[in-house]
Amino acid sequence: MSGFARPLKIALGLAVIAALIIVPMNFNRYGLFILSQWAVMSIAAMGLNLTLGYAGQVSLAQGAFVGIGAYAAAIMTTHGWPLPAAILVAIVLSFAIGWVLGYPALRVQHHYLAFVTLAFSTLAFLVFRNESWLTGGIYGISNIPRPHIFGLATNKPLPFYYVCLGSLAIVSLAVWWLIRSPWGRAFMALRENPLRAQSLGIDTRRYTLMAFAIGSALGGVAGALYAPLTQYIDPVPFNLSLSLDLLLMVIVGGAGFYFGPFLGAMIAVLLPEWLRFTEGYYLMLYAVAVMLLLIWSPTGILGILDRYLAERRTKAASALRAVAKSRLETVQ
Amino acid sequence: MSNLFDLLVAGLATGAIYALVALGFTLLWQTSQTINFAQGEFVMLPAFLMLAAMHVGAPFWLAIILGILLSMILLGLAFKLLLVDPMMRHGVLPLAIATMALAIGIKEAVKQFYSAEASPFPSIVPTGEVSILGHAVSLQSIGVLTVAILAVLGLTTLLNRTSLGHQMQAAAQNPTVARIIGVPVERMIMLTFLINAFLVALASLLITPIYLAKFSSGEVLGQAAFIAAIVGGFNQVRGAIAGGLLIGVLDNLAAAYVSTQYRAAVPMLFLIAVILFRPQGLLGRAEERTV
Repeated sequence: MSGFARPLKIALGLAVIAALIIVPMNFNRYGLFILSQWAVMSIAAMGLNLTLGYAGQVSLAQGAFVGIGAYAAAIMTTHGWPLPAAILVAIVLSFAIGWVLGYPALRVQHHYLAFVTLAFSTLAFLVFRNESWLTGGIYGISNIPRPHIFGLATNKPLPFYYVCLGSLAIVSLAVWWLIRSPWGRAFMALRENPLRAQSLGIDTRRYTLMAFAIGSALGGVAGALYAPLTQYIDPVPFNLSLSLDLLLMVIVGGAGFYFGPFLGAMIAVLLPEWLRFTEGYYLMLYAVAVMLLLIWSPTGILGILDRYLAERRTKAASALRAVAKSRLETVQ
Repeated sequence: MSNLFDLLVAGLATGAIYALVALGFTLLWQTSQTINFAQGEFVMLPAFLMLAAMHVGAPFWLAIILGILLSMILLGLAFKLLLVDPMMRHGVLPLAIATMALAIGIKEAVKQFYSAEASPFPSIVPTGEVSILGHAVSLQSIGVLTVAILAVLGLTTLLNRTSLGHQMQAAAQNPTVARIIGVPVERMIMLTFLINAFLVALASLLITPIYLAKFSSGEVLGQAAFIAAIVGGFNQVRGAIAGGLLIGVLDNLAAAYVSTQYRAAVPMLFLIAVILFRPQGLLGRAEERTV
């Protein structure tokens, strides 16, 4: 994105934020639900982008963390706790479990890690389904209340959309700060060359665990917002396919790009709505499109943009060089 | 009623099918570093190809042949040429993710073009039981075991006793040197994709009469095969076989002795334990790229 001038970028960002606040005011209940869902999934995908895109650790368990957060929020808020407390518990719980799940990542990499996290996903699903004393089993938990923020009820779709959007904004800022901090640089060092990172004095063990834990915690946040959004949860949405969907969101948007998860979540959440006319063929088309995209650009849509901008920059630079050279020659 | 012997026989029969699937999975990994996350869907699809062939009037035996041939074209040739070859240069992980998308695509295609409901599938072995050592053993189990053992024996003979098999092994172990000594490496890799397609079609033929033909049945099968492959050892043919049998038996014992609710958790916990304490697998060699 560095190809644009800075004021232009800021103006563009402000315009998008303003649009996200103003445009949905006229949306109906369903449109707001979809947009809120986009915000929630963006948060979860952003977490996975930290783990996968920045730190290079494959995880097929992000859906399980969304589930953990959702159940934490559902159980607590139906027992009278306020949502912010539930979000806090979801963060701590997902962070701790994510930390433990990171341990296999210290021993194995890539597809092995994918299988460990896949196994964890399945185990989490079994717990959601079978521990009915806690999770309501296959009947799930219903009547999940929506919170009061600063004394304002958010029962209606529009206020709750602003809750989701606000949370997305807070998480986005935190992630923006994180990837620019020494931690974010350490994550990238981990992805690019773990051996070199270690020889430069980066505690790769700690940062690997951290990458897992923080990414998982964001999954928990997303889950804690998902529960009051749908107001009813059961185990089905948190099975392995959610983890796969989130992974595809990150990959399609562009793993390792800050804006990748926003774009990926938008495509995964909004596209089905726009492609309604294709009826049941939608997922098939999506799968084919993802495969074609990966063949063309394994770094996703933003990877294509990035390559295009880089090319333009090199062209501009070589043009400048040519001008400088010709000037030099005329002087001589 | 269900005693240990029956459980073991049933476990070995499902395990033999898992072994076939895991075998193909490890072959693809060895020759082309392809992690096929769609392997379970690869097992699900051939049964539907055979059902479709029967729908247009083909007798069962012809449907089987057509199904296997079509599988080899679609899941072997087309998979290799259209997805694996163009993705190969991007590395292991993007290819693995592309196969996840392929899995979704195959599942949805079957759901849309065939049916979302489970369909019954004829068995190649007649139903009935025979008595072995005083235990009633179903012909189904015996038939499955026999076919699977024959397939594994055929494959190991091909790999270890024939010149073609030696060329395939050479292409897998060291493509550069294999190329220098004149092994057509590309053709050998294609051959493993065709063998994988044949194995999954065979597994499909054996397992679908037991679990019915359903678009979503690949998920469980695929996971069982991954676990079998990793538990046995990713880089060993005999590892995949041992892993498959072990997971099959474990699965059946867990169903009987652990609560049915947590039955599915047992192979998963076993997988996590193996990856943590012996990541090269029970029979595998430690290998640079696995850890």
